[in-house]
Amino acid sequence: MKPTLKPMILALTLAAALPWSSHAAEYRQVQADQSAITFAYQQMGVTMDGKFNRFTAQLSFDPERPEAANATVDVDLASIDTGSAESDQEVAGKVWFNIPAFPTARFETRSVKALGDHRYEAAGQLTIKGKTQDVVVPATFTAQGKAGVFEGRFTLRRGDFAIGEGPWAKFDVVANDVQIQFRITANAGE
Amino acid sequence: MTTHYTPVAKALHWLIALLLFGLLALGFYMQDLPLSPQKLQLYAWHKWAGVTVFLLVLVRLAWRVTHRPPPLPEHMPRVMQLAAHAGHVLLYALMIAIPLSGWLMSSAKGFQTVWFGVLPIPDLLDKNRELGDLLQTVHLSLNLFFVVVLIGHIGAALKHHFIDRDDVLTRMLPARNLEP
Repeated sequence: MKPTLKPMILALTLAAALPWSSHAAEYRQVQADQSAITFAYQQMGVTMDGKFNRFTAQLSFDPERPEAANATVDVDLASIDTGSAESDQEVAGKVWFNIPAFPTARFETRSVKALGDHRYEAAGQLTIKGKTQDVVVPATFTAQGKAGVFEGRFTLRRGDFAIGEGPWAKFDVVANDVQIQFRITANAGE
Repeated sequence: MTTHYTPVAKALHWLIALLLFGLLALGFYMQDLPLSPQKLQLYAWHKWAGVTVFLLVLVRLAWRVTHRPPPLPEHMPRVMQLAAHAGHVLLYALMIAIPLSGWLMSSAKGFQTVWFGVLPIPDLLDKNRELGDLLQTVHLSLNLFFVVVLIGHIGAALKHHFIDRDDVLTRMLPARNLEP
């Protein structure tokens, strides 16, 4: 019996030292260069799009325990790229984002629900221009090697956040609905 | 001998002329406006009208190719006849190039053209800020050149009518006194 004991102990030691990958993979380290937040809206019936070049995200997600997940995304509104310098300047102003007074938009999760088939639903609060609204953001999660990719889209109504007041308050030229699309890549941390 | 343009050629000439004056005036007016919903609306209208004129010019070119216009008066020196033809070729070339430059500019600036808000015109270029600015300069320059050629065109027509006293202007007008 004696000779078989040594390899068994070795195997047990090794197993203990290995990370329990499928259970303990918690995605926390956001990879900014592989993440993107873009938006699209209708202007005179034409689909326009743009993006935010800078944002930070703190998140913690364990596919085994999605209900314990949480995320906070802060978008630097001054990093907006609408496609034209004139518009970038315009939306920084008081009637749009009022960036000097409200430089960031924040999304904070309150609860996360698994829908099955790698689909999830994050309920949370979106704060833009000092106004907070409850939103439900559907997202998919895909593990890609040691990275995890969260992708999803949802629609916000700019009117709910007073984005575009005064002459822009009517939705005949710039529509009320704005589609937000995101792709956030996070690496698994220990 | 035919001394008048065909009714279709006349209709196309005057319809396009009317739209072009509107487009030019609107184009020069709207570019200096501060950003507002009204400005975006005017840009959309300008683009819709521009696409319309472009299509009308294509119809007109097809008509021109298949219907010979009345010959220029015989009293005109050969050089002046050549100059007249060259001027007309230039007008046609600009009526094609200007809407194309506007379309390319819109594509590069990321503002797709949706004709009358219904029919999307495909974007020819990807969004590119520098290229968009360059095409804006091209669109403006072509239009300034077009205005110069138009002044020449109108001036020549008036000279034919009031100085040469020939039928070059009247044969493009509605044929009121035309014999049956």
